[in-house]
Amino acid sequence: MANIVLIDTRKCMACRGCQVACKDWNQLPAGVTKFRGTYTNPLTLQPHTWTHLVFTETDQGRWLFAKYACMHCTDAACVEVCPLGAVRRLKNGTVWHDADKCAGCGLCVEQCPFNVPRINKFTRVMGKCTGCAERTMNGLQPACVATCPSGALEYGERKELLAKARARVEELQEQGFDQACLYGETEMGGLGRVYILTRPPAEYGLPENPQPAASAWFWRAAKGPLRKLASLTLVSGAMFSLLRWRAERIQGKRGDQKAV
Amino acid sequence: MTNHWIDYQHSDVIMAIGVNTAENHPMSMRWIERARAKGARLISVDPRLTRTAAVADIWLPLRPGTDIALLGGLINYALENDLFHREYVVHYTNASYILRADYAFSDGVFSGLEGGKYNTQSWQYELDDEGRPLQDPTLQHPRCVFQVLKKHYSRYDRDTVCKITGCNPADFDKVAATYCATGKPGKAGNILYAMGITQSTHGTQNVRAIAILQLLLGNIGIPGGGVNAQRGEANVQGSTDMAMLFHLLPGYLNMPQAKDHATLADYLAKETPASGYWSNKPKFFISLLKAWWGDAATADNEYCYHWLPKLDGRNRSHMAIFDAMQQGEIRGMFVWGQNPAVGGPNAEYERKALEKLDWMVAVDIFETETASFWRRPGVNPTDIKTEVFLLPAAASYEKEGTVSNSGRWIQWRYQAVAPPGQAKSDLWIADKLYKAIRAAYQQDGVFPDPIVNLHWNYGGEGEEEPDIEQVALEINGYDADGRPLRDFTLLRDDGATACGCWIYSGYYNDLEDPPAKRRIREEQGIGTNPDWAFAWPLNRRILYNRCSSDPRGKPWNSQVPLIWWEDGQWRMNDVPDFGWKDILPEQSAKAPFIMLPELQARLFSPTVADGPLPEHYEPVESPVKNLLSSQQHNPVVTFLPCLGKLAVTDEYPYIGTTYRVSEHWQSGIMTRNSPWLAELAPEMFVEISTRLADSLGIANGDKVVVTTPRGQIQAVAYVTRRLKPLAVNGQMVEIVGMPWHWGYRGLFPGDSANVLTPHVGDPNTSIPEYKAFLCNIRRA
Ligand code: SF4
Ligand code: SF4
Repeated sequence: MANIVLIDTRKCMACRGCQVACKDWNQLPAGVTKFRGTYTNPLTLQPHTWTHLVFTETDQGRWLFAKYACMHCTDAACVEVCPLGAVRRLKNGTVWHDADKCAGCGLCVEQCPFNVPRINKFTRVMGKCTGCAERTMNGLQPACVATCPSGALEYGERKELLAKARARVEELQEQGFDQACLYGETEMGGLGRVYILTRPPAEYGLPENPQPAASAWFWRAAKGPLRKLASLTLVSGAMFSLLRWRAERIQGKRGDQKAV
Repeated sequence: MTNHWIDYQHSDVIMAIGVNTAENHPMSMRWIERARAKGARLISVDPRLTRTAAVADIWLPLRPGTDIALLGGLINYALENDLFHREYVVHYTNASYILRADYAFSDGVFSGLEGGKYNTQSWQYELDDEGRPLQDPTLQHPRCVFQVLKKHYSRYDRDTVCKITGCNPADFDKVAATYCATGKPGKAGNILYAMGITQSTHGTQNVRAIAILQLLLGNIGIPGGGVNAQRGEANVQGSTDMAMLFHLLPGYLNMPQAKDHATLADYLAKETPASGYWSNKPKFFISLLKAWWGDAATADNEYCYHWLPKLDGRNRSHMAIFDAMQQGEIRGMFVWGQNPAVGGPNAEYERKALEKLDWMVAVDIFETETASFWRRPGVNPTDIKTEVFLLPAAASYEKEGTVSNSGRWIQWRYQAVAPPGQAKSDLWIADKLYKAIRAAYQQDGVFPDPIVNLHWNYGGEGEEEPDIEQVALEINGYDADGRPLRDFTLLRDDGATACGCWIYSGYYNDLEDPPAKRRIREEQGIGTNPDWAFAWPLNRRILYNRCSSDPRGKPWNSQVPLIWWEDGQWRMNDVPDFGWKDILPEQSAKAPFIMLPELQARLFSPTVADGPLPEHYEPVESPVKNLLSSQQHNPVVTFLPCLGKLAVTDEYPYIGTTYRVSEHWQSGIMTRNSPWLAELAPEMFVEISTRLADSLGIANGDKVVVTTPRGQIQAVAYVTRRLKPLAVNGQMVEIVGMPWHWGYRGLFPGDSANVLTPHVGDPNTSIPEYKAFLCNIRRA
């Protein structure tokens, strides 16, 4: 039974309690940041910032808020491509990342249409939201959901929450938000993070029709044999350096905000 | 607050004015969202599109410091359009009272202004032969409060109000129509406010204007209504209750004045009104003296009244203290959990004043800017003679005790972890300090009696932690045998009871199961949760709750009844705030405001220092002339001698205003030392409109310098569409918005906005005008 987090952006007041709760539960270090003319900080996700609040000022003078993190896609590109099986989808819908198995190769980074995974260049391990699987598997809500003061975040069974979300969109439309919509119902086979938006997704920086990168088919096909190769220790040394080289290349390419 | 956080769920319209409820009180949004799920509307009145304004149904930008103009406009709108709650106003307020013939108001000044102060004689009621106020329940008499009020606010028509405030007339109409619709019986309008209202040279009158609007619309004493001050610190309600203000003793008893109150009898005679619940004041006051001096306090020695310090008539508020320090009048200072070097107005002046001290003891969880003023940037420590002691204090989770939230709920907090290193609880520090001082006085000293005889029985032998439950018992009050008192109705003025803060009495009346420690959720009801903590007074959750029903006792809103009359008896969801035992509804309807001598609410108040009705004045530093009168600013404003030069528009054309953000807390010393929070908001920034940025060639993210006659600061510019220039009487006025969380200490230092703010204050409270001043800005 897949569970999701429903994010009602109409109720989100951008307090960033979720962003801090994530760091607290997962004991992630803080970065040294700068004020860059927006409240969003860090500007993008980081190896040690798995969720952040994105503040968007629109041309019409609106200020939109959306919590952003791994979407826990049903058809997760990262799961598809990971040659080591370090990323996998758990029964409750969480896309779980096993740091012990991760080589930091960065294939997932390239494939994720949401620009979520990050490679920690010191530890060589990918970092992203784990969905607080250790909490959810033990009957707790994810840390961000548990902390949200306004009730903008809700965790629960996908079908139930989707029904609720649809009704909420209708209600918002009746209230005059004529562009209110759902995001995540069908994207990537259905996202594990579903948004109730009052404006079109693009205004929040959400991709209109997310797709894995075109080369995914190759990795999907190659994954089986690669995995076998990787288990041979001799070969895996060479594999790792190849993958590492890729990772560095990707990091250079992305030019994200530096955070130490 | 008159109401409480959970009660917001019952509001039909919530107006947040001078408060940024989403950013600074995020939990409030849980209850506001509950109300909105039932169709409620949220209005945010704020110069900036804050996070509250962003999620609100209506955002009304207004010019900082013009709240009375706006609220006056709403009062006028309610009266002109007959939207006020007539039955409520007639029965529960002083609308029908007739004023003396010599009351007058002209050109911004009330009758009685003499030498920079008001004589309030002409603001009193006209009395009948027996000394009772004359009334006209038809509200027709030209000198009745209602007609005087109506005339006063008729000048606040929409166009004038919009010219003053910079509000867009269509937006004003929308807000007025939405909010004043709560004047309908059964509807609840809730006004939230905070420092945007109070930190002004007419801050008290801002609050009064809110109260008047709420009374006219019948919004006080009802679920979902109220005048709701959101207090900016976890326990600032508690510290106000415990008399952190210089002119008060615990429980809002006035501090005695040397001139007027030479003896206990003088104090009691002059301070005790003939009617209303305050007529019990001698019981509260004498019980307080008993709590402090125990057996030493007897009827023969006036319960040690002469051991109490008395005020000498001088202003002893925050700004005045620093002035006195600057004059060299103050030699030593305890700075306990406070950081005036960042939080005080004209902060650099206050930092300099600290240099005049011989010694300073700072008690805090970090080394604050105040504690380290002697090595602040730009000074040479060897030039500063002050000896500074820093006592490390335990943080809130490292000690036990209560916090009182904005809804007056006193809640016990347990210690979660032990304090690190040598850090100690405040109680420990106070206890050891007292004992050391007592030992010194026992040797020798001038006038040792008040110190050596203090009733101090909290244990704490040697290095031990004192017993905080003993302190709680003292605050709650106890009888002659030391047994806790059930509540303050048992207090006596003959020395048989002791009580450290009468309004708290009852919060710790059972040592086994003290109400302040109770945590029982309400199963069904209207959210009052009577068994969760204790709300002062008497566990009452909504003040003035007689007003929740009509004079016959029928609830205005039967969906959420609070206290009502049914089948010949009172039914209740709260503790009644009126005489109800064996009292019929019609009779109790005559006395719903028991703390006032009139027993009815004051639309017109004869006791406020700067006028019986709120009147719009410009902030002391303003870019425009007052459009309503030739009286530019509050005629009785508190100017401090150190004020120096005020800013003028030629040099300082923009309005500066200060505020807080979710990520930081107060002077930032806790949050700037917390990497997770500092990461979110790492640097001092100022917010300016795109128009102003364009005209000055400032790009988003540029370094800028902001100046006032007090000083200058550096910050990063945040050029934003969320802050727009306002059209004020045809002139475009720009606003520079700045958080005040930074200082020169901590992991993430930055310049302090309060270097810019002036030393001027409200005549009633001396609260500084932080929210509206003049400044200039340029690229660094
Ligand atoms: S905790 Fe909730 S309200 Fe706060 S930013 Fe996160 S989603 Fe928004
Ligand atoms: S959002 Fe990216 S990282 Fe998260 S599950 Fe989808 S593809 Fe994987």
